[in-house]
Amino acid sequence: MNGLWLGVLGTSLIAFFLKFSGHSIPEKYVTNPRALRINTLIPIALLSALVGVQTLTEKGKWVIDQRLAGVAVALIALSVKAPYFVVVISAAVTSAVLYRM
Amino acid sequence: MSRVNRATATQSLSVSFTVGLYGTAFGAASIAAGFSIFQTCLLSLLTFSGASQFAIVGVMGAGGSALSGIATASLLGIRNGLYGLRMAPILKVRGLKRVIAAQITIDESTGVAIGQEDRGIVAMRHGFWLTGFGVYIFWNFFTLLGALGAQAMGNPSAWGLDAAVPAAFLGLVWPRLIGKFERILAASSVLLAIALSPIISAGLPIIATALLAAAFGWKERV
Repeated sequence: MNGLWLGVLGTSLIAFFLKFSGHSIPEKYVTNPRALRINTLIPIALLSALVGVQTLTEKGKWVIDQRLAGVAVALIALSVKAPYFVVVISAAVTSAVLYRM
Repeated sequence: MSRVNRATATQSLSVSFTVGLYGTAFGAASIAAGFSIFQTCLLSLLTFSGASQFAIVGVMGAGGSALSGIATASLLGIRNGLYGLRMAPILKVRGLKRVIAAQITIDESTGVAIGQEDRGIVAMRHGFWLTGFGVYIFWNFFTLLGALGAQAMGNPSAWGLDAAVPAAFLGLVWPRLIGKFERILAASSVLLAIALSPIISAGLPIIATALLAAAFGWKERV
């Protein structure tokens, strides 16, 4: 089994395990306020890190290229409350135009 | 299922369709990261949790190992477990129904269900099932469409897919940046992950920021 398949199946199995255990554990066992607080912060940290790494690095090296311009446009679109689709498409168009120039 | 409140049905359907559309972005991102169309569709059918799916293809597409991809995706999936805890006493289902309920326990189904609180527990159940199934159908349909589209395009950079993926992540994290505290955490995470990228192997810099989240959340804020 290659890495991609391991990724697909491993992610799917654990995703279901997490969902199902939530439905099966009595709520009173999971009320630690610190754990709940950290859990709401984890997505913020991971997703932000993914934005940074995918915008500014390539194969472990720092790279500044058309992606940065695309993500900057996405940031502007988000700050004027554009819908999600406009955000993604505007980033793609910006980056593609610069790449082809 | 007893009679469904019209407002609940409308809300469920509009959420399902809008969120389902994002599946196109995931399908394209997954192909750009090197996954096959079949693997891409399986991720949407089996994992069925947008942020986790983007994470596994994002990490592995950047050269990270399967294990660091799975770890990142799973850290993002913990919240679905907490949604399950919240939904179980409302749904009160067992056996196969519980298995199905678990699979469709995501941000949107839980969100719509909780949004129906004023309309009573039956409306909450309807909101959960309608939104869960609705997103499932649209998300998987649009994943396939996005994957086929990206396959036909060829070079991801020529179509801007290389910027569309981080923009998609940005769109996911944006609504969570509700205050200064969250924005500082986000900015610190970006800096930490970029700083670590040349030093440790791909994927690990992203997981490292989970520790940052733990440090930020350790003390209660006033």
